[in-house]
Amino acid sequence: MFDGLPLLSLAIWVPIAAGVLVLLTGRDSSPGFSRWLALVGALAGFLVTLPLYTGFNATQSGMQFEEFSSWIPAFNINYHLGVDGISVLLILLTSFTTVLVVIAGWQVIQKKVAQYMASFLILSGVMIGVFAALDAMLFYVFWEAQLIPMFIIIGVWGGPNRVYATIKFFLYTLLGSLLMLISFIYMYHLAGSFEISDFQNLPLGMTAQILIFISFFLAFAVKLPMWPVHTWLPDAHVEAPTGGSVVLAAIMLKMGGYGFIRLAMPIAPDAAHALSGVMIFLSLMAIIYISFVALVQTDMKKLIAYSSIAHMGFVTLGLFIFNLLGFEGAVLQMISHGFVSAALFLCIGVMYDRLHSRLIADYGGIANSMPIFAAFFMLFAMANAGLPGTSAFTGEFTVILATMQANFWYAVLAATTLITGAAYTLWMYKRVVFGEVVNKAVATMEDLNGREILVLGLLAVAVLGMGLYPFPLTHVIQVSSHNLLARILQSKLH
Amino acid sequence: MNFELPNLMPMLPEMALLGMICFILIADLFIRDENRSVTFVMSQIAVAITAVCILGTSGPSVSLFGDMFTRDAMADILKLMICLSVEIMFVYSSSYLKTRNLFRGEYFVLTLFAMLGMMVLISAGHFLTLYLGLELMALSFYAMIALDRDNARATEAAMKYFVLGALASGLLLYGMSMLYGVTGSLDIAKVASVIDSGQVTEGAPLLFGLVFVVAGLAFKIGAVPFHMWIPDVYEGAPTPVALFIGTAPKFAAFAFFMRLLIGGLHGLVADWQQMLVIMAVLSILVGNVTAIAQTNFKRMLAYSTIAHMGFVLLGILSGSIAGYSAAMYYMAVYVIMSLGAFGMILLLARAGFESDMLEDFKGLNQRNPWYAFMLLLVMFAMAGIPPTVGFYAKLAVLQAALQAGYVWLTVLAVLLSVIGAFYYLRIVKLMYFDEPKQIAPIAPRVDVRLVMSLNGLAMLVLGLMPQSLMSLCTYSIMHSF
Repeated sequence: MFDGLPLLSLAIWVPIAAGVLVLLTGRDSSPGFSRWLALVGALAGFLVTLPLYTGFNATQSGMQFEEFSSWIPAFNINYHLGVDGISVLLILLTSFTTVLVVIAGWQVIQKKVAQYMASFLILSGVMIGVFAALDAMLFYVFWEAQLIPMFIIIGVWGGPNRVYATIKFFLYTLLGSLLMLISFIYMYHLAGSFEISDFQNLPLGMTAQILIFISFFLAFAVKLPMWPVHTWLPDAHVEAPTGGSVVLAAIMLKMGGYGFIRLAMPIAPDAAHALSGVMIFLSLMAIIYISFVALVQTDMKKLIAYSSIAHMGFVTLGLFIFNLLGFEGAVLQMISHGFVSAALFLCIGVMYDRLHSRLIADYGGIANSMPIFAAFFMLFAMANAGLPGTSAFTGEFTVILATMQANFWYAVLAATTLITGAAYTLWMYKRVVFGEVVNKAVATMEDLNGREILVLGLLAVAVLGMGLYPFPLTHVIQVSSHNLLARILQSKLH
Repeated sequence: MNFELPNLMPMLPEMALLGMICFILIADLFIRDENRSVTFVMSQIAVAITAVCILGTSGPSVSLFGDMFTRDAMADILKLMICLSVEIMFVYSSSYLKTRNLFRGEYFVLTLFAMLGMMVLISAGHFLTLYLGLELMALSFYAMIALDRDNARATEAAMKYFVLGALASGLLLYGMSMLYGVTGSLDIAKVASVIDSGQVTEGAPLLFGLVFVVAGLAFKIGAVPFHMWIPDVYEGAPTPVALFIGTAPKFAAFAFFMRLLIGGLHGLVADWQQMLVIMAVLSILVGNVTAIAQTNFKRMLAYSTIAHMGFVLLGILSGSIAGYSAAMYYMAVYVIMSLGAFGMILLLARAGFESDMLEDFKGLNQRNPWYAFMLLLVMFAMAGIPPTVGFYAKLAVLQAALQAGYVWLTVLAVLLSVIGAFYYLRIVKLMYFDEPKQIAPIAPRVDVRLVMSLNGLAMLVLGLMPQSLMSLCTYSIMHSF
């Protein structure tokens, strides 16, 4: 039924076109129109990505839904799109999150509504482009282009220290990715094209691989983010508006992991092996040390931001122990964290809209005034702590299991997250939701309205569904992971 | 000896322009102040006719007057780009000039004379023609900067530029005379063949000549350490003049480099490459770092120019066709960006208000989201962020430099451009994140509105479809060298 339609192009350009339309028709006097138009655009963007999943052939290892046309012949750069089992899920996650973000910003955003909605729609298309690009330069163009809307989102609708946070975010990411550009150009001279598959097949010496890997590492580790280049993230999260935090945590961080999977590891497999010790060390550092940092946070958004870094540690840990279980666990962890972190940031957003504070100390006893909210928040807090039955358990447990196969002590260290993760999340939950109502304003807080229940409900279904029945996800990623891992395990040196 | 009148058709654009300038010069005497728009329209038509002449007489490469004058693909395309940027400059500048009582015939005539100088310079096949074109251009500039003669700043800038420009011309002439002494010719093609044949026995005068010539070139393009005039001139000159100096002459300067270094001194490539490497690195470093400290938008753009010229040098020093076309592409992209940035200052300026300080751009998004978006595109293009066209310009240049083996140079250039990104972002920050200080309505004329929108959208359109301009540059270089 969808044969012949350029589905990936639609997935990229429908939200962008909708965003431009919102921008052009937007008037400050009629924000309602912009909101509805944005919602229609986001839904259309989500609908065009659905056939990508339903039509996906999970038994096939190659790229699917491929589109190819020449773009810049002077440098042999092509508009080449395609997805495998890993990217198709990330694309779905992106289009789904965009719908949530549009709904979540419905009432909260009163200033420059059209520009806000348009930024998110354009951002959504650009991020899908990152996951769908099979040409390195196309990938790079999308990769950098998403900085522009995010820069605006944090800077215009963010908190009091937004300017510092957004410039730090922009420059940090730019610095990380520019060296990747040089690697791309270097490999272009050897391979004669910017095709990622050509790069993957390119024989490279050890020194070249190490340098290329380091340049990729800087780009992706900053984005993921890994300890110690994570410092931009708490700032950006705290200052960003709720929608910005959601997109940042749910999708943008995944780009770092995706970059390792698609580019860094298959292009420089020997370097990845040689440096795996360092990578595992950094991952464990993130899991253990950052968890303790999260424990002492007084700002809820900051706490969740640090918890994101710790959870991303599982992604890199799973990738760099080089077995199939770990690889799949890393991908599952990315998807799961997309749901859980989005939900937690939305929960904090709900509270912030009512009390205009993110400090844990300002709350207490919310369960009395907001029982429905407390129930949802409970579910997502448990998911963040990795409770069995939630999506986070699937990812984290798989990674720990895989690590156990590789090295017992790594697994023990990684498993501390089950304690620390539960500690920082549940302790925060306890202080915010239970106890005496200290702050008078808390008593007057209204419970969730229908719109908020819809958003959190959708996420709750996703979190529970993925935790109880992960098969629809695992069977899509299985063949692709196997295929990619086989490539990564193959040395390029001989 | 037989005297034969050569075919003058290849020179038609220059001759037509000269004729029209003379006509405008005289006709303007009989036009009263309130009808000065007639001169304005005549000048615009003159530029358009010149462009038509270039298109109508284009053909295979030819040389006239014993190689004094060359007409090739690069010359044609650069001249057309100059025509286009002068037209745009006219559109942007008219209302600014009117409100400041500068809307006078001299402005237009001098602009056209400068343009003629650039065209002669671009087509030069001989040191003398080169110098002739250069001085015609430079002398017009000196006068144009001081056009607002009661303005102390402008006069100071003109004086500074004049003294330094004269010094640079002296260096250039001195270098040329040494080259003449060593090779026995002023003809660029002959100089090249003598050097290539290895007949030159005295290496020292040749190298000294080269050094002086490169210094003169560097002054014209504004590369560090010969950049000191740029910030003062940009800041001091009336904004339309700064816009003019910052755009069209860049094409001439590029041709200047190509004719002298690649056309004439290609045999010494290993020698001038080293000098260009140093100048490129210093330009990118000093330009980007110093721009951060500026509070005046024009001055910031001046330092940003210096940094951009460093990138152009990066392309030229690659020493390959790909590098030269990358440099030309970068130059063309730079001029489009520069037109947009200066055009926005002119658009926001009004009687008694220059709008050239950074803080004047505060809250532009609230005053007028469309123009804020246009300037946002220009700023991201200057910072080299995809999908704007600035990224592809940097990509092309870095690609060429990497191919030539300058890995460390590209890494350095890329890292320094992150510093550059900061001050471009600051403009976006002022426009989008801050509250407006000015509340005067922004209501430019229809033509300004249209051209500015096209100018801004060009950043995006040329970025999404970069191929056409890129292949135009490659074509012109391939068919000229």
